[in-house]
This record gives sequence, structure tokens and C-alpha cells, in this order.
Amino acid sequence: MSMNTFDDDVTTVPAATANGNSGKAPKGVKLPIYMDNHATSPIDPRVLEAMMPYLTGIFGNAASRNHSFGWEAEGAVEKAREQVAKLIGATAKEIIFTSGATESNNLALKGIAEMYRERGNHIITQVTEHKAILDTCKRLEKAGYRVTYLPVKADGLIDLEDLKRAFDEKTILVSIMFANNEIGVVQPVAEIGKMCRERGVLFHSDGVQAVGKIPVDVNSMNIDVLSLSGHKIYGPKGVGALYVRRRNPRVQISEQINGGGHERGMRSGTLNVPGIVGLGKACEISGQEMAAEGERLSKLRDKLKAKLEGALDYIHVNGSMEHRLPNNLNISFVYVEGESLLMGINDVAVSSGSACTSATLEPSYVLKALGLGDDVAHSSIRFGLGRFNTEAEVDYVADKVIDIVKKLRELSPLYEMVKEGIDISKIEWQAH
Amino acid sequence: MAYSDKVIDHYNNPRNVGQMDKNSDSVGTGLVGAPECGDVMRLQIRVNPETQVIEEAKFKTFGCGSAIASSSLATEWVKGKTVSEAMEIKNTDIVKELALPPVKIHCSVLAEDAIRAAIGDWKKKNGVGETAATAAAVAAK
Repeated sequence: MSMNTFDDDVTTVPAATANGNSGKAPKGVKLPIYMDNHATSPIDPRVLEAMMPYLTGIFGNAASRNHSFGWEAEGAVEKAREQVAKLIGATAKEIIFTSGATESNNLALKGIAEMYRERGNHIITQVTEHKAILDTCKRLEKAGYRVTYLPVKADGLIDLEDLKRAFDEKTILVSIMFANNEIGVVQPVAEIGKMCRERGVLFHSDGVQAVGKIPVDVNSMNIDVLSLSGHKIYGPKGVGALYVRRRNPRVQISEQINGGGHERGMRSGTLNVPGIVGLGKACEISGQEMAAEGERLSKLRDKLKAKLEGALDYIHVNGSMEHRLPNNLNISFVYVEGESLLMGINDVAVSSGSACTSATLEPSYVLKALGLGDDVAHSSIRFGLGRFNTEAEVDYVADKVIDIVKKLRELSPLYEMVKEGIDISKIEWQAH
Repeated sequence: MAYSDKVIDHYNNPRNVGQMDKNSDSVGTGLVGAPECGDVMRLQIRVNPETQVIEEAKFKTFGCGSAIASSSLATEWVKGKTVSEAMEIKNTDIVKELALPPVKIHCSVLAEDAIRAAIGDWKKKNGVGETAATAAAVAAK
């Protein structure tokens, strides 16, 4: 997956590029179906409604202190700050608005690394982080920092014993994502937070996929810095936030964008008022509806999984089912290549870990980190259910996937060989 | 990525899918690619020993839509050609016919390799002189 939008290390093949023989939509299903909510999510109409005044009449600069236009904008921003803070158990003053989670992750890692340089130069992260973390770490390595990349187990989770061993006297920061964007596995964040706190090491978590989907509480989980994004939670693109702890301990961050000293000097630049209002509203709605929505989506996800497993052999769920977001399913349909499957289900928007869908022609590094062979990674599909998916859509998607996988397996020499009892791992393939 | 109409047509209606008896003397089998690379093609030809004309061709492919289309097209093109005529098929012809984008050129290369591998296997079985081009051919055993 190259998938290189934030988190999308998985690329989506747009609907309606491929074959024109898609089945008719059953009653109540509108095609194409969007089921790629880890990449991005549609704006909730309630969010849009909250934003509209700030895209039209209320246009003031939140930093204008001398007139009502500015005051109105500032008031809206401060309300949003409260809404974001409430969702993660923080206080409003601990929220810094950014352009999105890539910026938040850059600010967190570079900002802490610079600020705490005298204390140490060692950072611990893990191999299935989003590229916004991994590439930032590479940059820091060039600047003289040491980075430990923890491996993950076959279920996608880090081993806490590995983490324990990775700390040294120069460790200043641990950055471990809350939930993975490809396989949806949820890391043992509270345990990681506790270990960091006991050692006096700061803990940052990329919470993009988790915030608004599952409970996140910065205090009980001992999270010191947390990145989040608007467009993953039915809010607008181009806005995100960074939580920066102010007490016990007070975390300091060296600013990465210099300018007018906005956001208490940590992030200069005129505030994106409509975006921030949208992010705030999205957080408020997620907080209110998370429990019911999570339950509904996990039932739909489980139904999708059961239907696929009931109809197809040689399928492999990637990552822990136990420690997983309610809306994620990542499955490899072995002996079928992912891009060809996406082509067949062209009226359904999902993603694949296949190299063929990536700009780099490399299969998903996340799936490879689980110890899966490249062949299994090439066969993977990520389903990301969301607030607006219905049961009828899930049924349609399941039937369509089953149909196309069966068709492609008729075409697959590998499936034929396996069915004939040939051990394809014994064949001397010619890598090319 | 947008697929050309011809790729979509081959994907939706692949030609000559199937397998022939790889132990038959008149059948040449080429198995190219690798599962870890995301594409494997098996192309088979049945050659008339008198005329050296390829009378039948079958394929199965694990791979993306462009790989499926390239191998499907290859079976269409080799049918009716003599073995030496089939050796003339170039991957660039496949690229042109299917309007493959640059990132999919390797699919056409693999299809050309599959044709050559199948012919090489047939030649080997029938004691027909190997050429440099077929020396690298891989046969399914």
C-alpha cells in the first residue's frame, strides 16, 4: 500500500473505473458504496451545519482582539477547544489546533526532540506506525537522534517486554499509535503510558484512528501528547489537533512554525475557524454516539466477516480481532491479487495492501511486519466501516466480494495448484 | 488508476482460461512470475507437430487486472501462429494494444516471458533446438 495520504497506506481504487457489469443495487442501497473510512470519512451533516456560519457571515480572524468580528471567531474556536478536550479527558488549554494529524505528529516528535535534547536523544516507536511518524523519525535520525523501532507480534501488537528493554537513560519519548490505520489493532496504550510515567519518559500517541471511535482518556492512560484529526471522525479535512499535557508533567514543545505566536506560541498561523468549529462539533457528536455506534459497527463488521468466512476458503484475517477497532476488517483472500479484486468490486470503495495499488510497488509494510508473506499482503483488502454504512450495504459488499473472489480463483493458477495438492512454496519461482 | 476499455474487456471476459495436460508431448507450459511479486502467469500452448502451428492456448493468472488482460491477450495472439511467429510477439505490442500505463509494463513483460517459456518447454520436449531467447524459459514441473 502506498497509500500515502495520511493513513492510507492503502490506496483506494476509485469506484467506477473498471468494469461496467456491476450488479444492480438492491433496494435501499445506493452505489457506489463507501467503505474506506480509515482513509477519510464524509462530513456529518450536523458538522457542516455547525460550520456554515463560519464559511459565510462570520469570517473574522480569531486573533483580532479589537472588534466583534474577531471576538465571535475567537468564541467559536474556544468552544471547539472545549469540545475536543472533553472527548479525550483533557482541558481546553491543552489543545493546539493544527492542519491535521501529519502536522500534529511532526510537531509532537520534532517539538519534543528539540526541547528535550539536553536530557537525551533516544526515541522509541514501532514499525507499523503511520508514515507521518516513521518519516519524521527518519528525519530525526539524520539530525543525530537514535530511534528504536519495536517489532510487532503476529497479531499486530507490540510486546511490552520489548518496550521495557528498549528504554535507556537517554530515552526522552515513546511514540506508539493508539490504533492502526490498516489493520485496526489497538495497542496496549494504558500499559505503555504507565511504563513511560514510571520512567519519567514522555508518551505520545497518534490517536487518529482511535479518537471518536473508542474511549480515549489522556489522564487514566498517562498519555502526554496525542494527535488527532478532523476528517477521520466525520469532520472536515485540513484540521487536526495536538493535545499537550500541561500538568503532571508539564510538557514543553518547541514550535515548528514561526509567526504570530498563535496557539500559545506552539503553532503560529491564522486559525482555520470553520475547520476548527467542524472538528469541535465532530468531537462532540462522537463523544455522544461512540458507544452505540461502536456496537452497531462491530456487529456489522462481524456479520461481514462471518459471511466471507462462510463462503470462501483460504481467507486470513490480518491482526488481532480481540484488540481491534469496531469498524475495521482486514482480510487476505489468498491466491487472489488485491488490485484485481478491487477492479471487480468497482462499485465498492475499499483499499488493498497489494503492491499494485501503491506508488512504490511495495506491498503493505504493516502486513509484512506481522510476518505475512508478500503473497498474502498482495491479497489483502481493508474494509473500513463508518457511521453512514447500513446493513444492506454490508450484505451487498459481502455478496459482491464472494462472487468476485470465486471468479478470480477460477483464473488463479495458484488456487488450482493448491486445490490439486501441490505445495506452491516448493516451486522455484522466478522473482522479477 | 483508470483502466482502458480493452483491459476491462479482458478482465470481464478472459479468453482461453483453463489448463491442458502438461505431460502431453504436444503441450508446452510456461509458468512465470512469483506469488511474492503479486503476479504468476501460466500459459500453455498445444502445437501441431507437423506444421508447428499453435492450435490451442490456455492461461491462468494470479495478478492485477492488467496482468490478467496481458495473458488473456497473449493466448489470443499465439493461437494460429507458428512457434517461430509467436516468438516474435513483443511486450511492447501488448502495451500498445491494451494501452497499459508505465507502472503496468511489467505485466506485458511477464506475458512475453510466458509465451517464450511455453514455447521453450515445447521445444525441449520435442527436441527442437533451443535458442538464446528460450534458454531462460521456465517450465512447470
